[in-house]
Amino acid sequence: MSTLPAALKAPRQRRSIASLAWPLSFTAAVILVFVFYRYWLPNIANSGERFVADWFPITTINLCVIWVIMAIGLNVVVGYAGLLDLGYVAFWAIGSYMGAWLMSAQFFQVNFHLGDPTIVSKGQGVHISFWLVLLAAGAFCALWGVIIGGPTLRLRSDYLAIVTLGFGEIIPQVFQNGDKEHIGFNLTSGTKGIGPIDPIGTGWLSNFKGVDPALGLSGYELPYKFLVYAVIAAFCVFVSLRIRRGRLGRAWLAIREDELAASMMGVSLVKAKLSAYAVGAVFGGLGGVAYATLVGSVFPNFTFNFSITILLMVVLGGMGNVWGVILGALVISWINYTGLGQFGDWYNGQFNSHVDFPSYNFLIFGVILVLMMLFRREGFLPESRTRLIMREPARTEMEAVGADIAAAEAEIEITEETEDELVSSETTKRADGGES
Amino acid sequence: MTATPVEETVPAPTGVDALRAENIVIAFGGLIAVNDVTFNVPSDGIVSLIGPNGAGKTTFFNVLTGLYRPTSGRVYLGEREVTDKKPHKIASLGLARTFQNIRLFNLMTAEENVMVAMHSHLRAGITSTVLGAPWQRREERRAHDTSRDLLEFVGIGKVRNEYARNLSYGDQRRLEVARALALNPKVLLLDEPTAGMNPQESAQFVDFVHRVRDEKGVSVLLIEHDMSVVMRVSERITVLDRGERIAEGGPDDIRANERVVEAYLGKTGTREGRRQK
Repeated sequence: MSTLPAALKAPRQRRSIASLAWPLSFTAAVILVFVFYRYWLPNIANSGERFVADWFPITTINLCVIWVIMAIGLNVVVGYAGLLDLGYVAFWAIGSYMGAWLMSAQFFQVNFHLGDPTIVSKGQGVHISFWLVLLAAGAFCALWGVIIGGPTLRLRSDYLAIVTLGFGEIIPQVFQNGDKEHIGFNLTSGTKGIGPIDPIGTGWLSNFKGVDPALGLSGYELPYKFLVYAVIAAFCVFVSLRIRRGRLGRAWLAIREDELAASMMGVSLVKAKLSAYAVGAVFGGLGGVAYATLVGSVFPNFTFNFSITILLMVVLGGMGNVWGVILGALVISWINYTGLGQFGDWYNGQFNSHVDFPSYNFLIFGVILVLMMLFRREGFLPESRTRLIMREPARTEMEAVGADIAAAEAEIEITEETEDELVSSETTKRADGGES
Repeated sequence: MTATPVEETVPAPTGVDALRAENIVIAFGGLIAVNDVTFNVPSDGIVSLIGPNGAGKTTFFNVLTGLYRPTSGRVYLGEREVTDKKPHKIASLGLARTFQNIRLFNLMTAEENVMVAMHSHLRAGITSTVLGAPWQRREERRAHDTSRDLLEFVGIGKVRNEYARNLSYGDQRRLEVARALALNPKVLLLDEPTAGMNPQESAQFVDFVHRVRDEKGVSVLLIEHDMSVVMRVSERITVLDRGERIAEGGPDDIRANERVVEAYLGKTGTREGRRQK
């Protein structure tokens, strides 16, 4: 190694610094939020605390992080591999129920404790440490990702979307009907749901001052939970960025671009697609477990709306770009949980009206989506390559019609001119093409 | 001069052919697109497949690459039978192709395009990629270097970080060849590689094909319409017409072959009636 000339070493060095940029800023942001909610907020003046509690309550922040995890997961399937999945909620549900089964008294017939001595509830049932449950749920969801992905392998676009939609409907139904009346064994308690779910055990971390041995549902433990969820989100970001840069990520992109050409270049479509489903499902499972511990119980209310909302986050944020997707998830889920309601309260107070804004959320999302598709199809923070296809004409396409690129770009900018002007510029373009 | 019987013009096999197709028949419903064609690509040879439109050339190509399953017949790559193997499997065993209408991964850089084709030769899985195992990093670095070399080889090293869609037409054609070579193939299939090139570029292309064969040690099979290219580049030419092999031989034989001339130009008045689509 020492014989390597310095010039060859330099770029690698730079790359490693650049790759530290996001973990550092991510950590900084998370710590900032944590310190704010844990230490600063309880000590600031009354009105300020009130404002934050109204507009940015920590419960909403935690929910936002869980949606972020989900959106990063769906981004692997939709954004990276280009497989339109309308049933992603299935993995959220499976993950949540996995958490519920392994961290509650649901299976009271057995008495199984594993991993975390600090768990408060010591009764009957299966009580496994949150961290081990994450592993188990991740593995279980990966398996289900492959099982659900399997039948869709031969399908493309519309057909794929419809089959995944079907699975997204089936799985929550299974949980809804998984009680004694329907399957002869109380697997899921049906519509009554499963609860309470164990708090998150903190293990050796509880030696630190102020850290509870178990993070339950009480208010001041929520910032700590935020830290836990942020760690999961960071893990998902890290994994999806790493995979994206490697051999498998390239194969996914290639499949997104041209499935046939990819297979002709030695990419196994079966393996690549199934691994996209599996990785996406793992993230969904992790988010599902986190969601179960946040809410403290699990109900079979995983509807189609969940899938659509996650997809909306991915599309609005910028398909294929993790940061865009995170932004999309934060914005949409915040609007959904708090923003719209607060805006409604403010509006109604101002104009003395009684409009129920939160009930219009899908109307508003619909309008946002239409506007985005009209004016910024690539999303808030698109991948650079996606922006390219939305904003610039392909070179060969333009050359094929005899235009040079500069003329073509000018063409795009004058879309608002009148028809007459367009026609005249069309003729000049043709003239230009003829000369060159 | 009468048409030479096909069997006599087949060169005596020397060792194992790089690619061999035996008695290939492909029927789409009642239409027989390729009828009992036997064909080989000798090791280190440059051979061409020609024929008028609708002769079944591309269909035949698609059988070789595993895209279509032949109704009957067998395909061997080297000594290995690949008849019913999946396209990606055949590709990774050493049969690479380019496309008649360029099919690059448009929103990937030239380098990424080439690296996709190395997929089957790289070993990194999810775990080693996520953990960034040292051997995975080495493998990635080697893949980068190889793709850079290949892009230099085809003469587009300068644009390696450009998106494929932004390359000029000629560079896209070159990139397709570089991408195919990244599979480390034994046989390279070029489907109308000079389509859209001007005569000067076509002439350069002939040298390029020779260079690919000599330096990369691959056998080359072309489908080509430009006869000046075909005659100059090929060591052997096979002519298909309406799904059947009507002639095979060196450029001079083919030029003089009556059946070939007839297939291309037709007997007066009979052509329209014979055309099948």
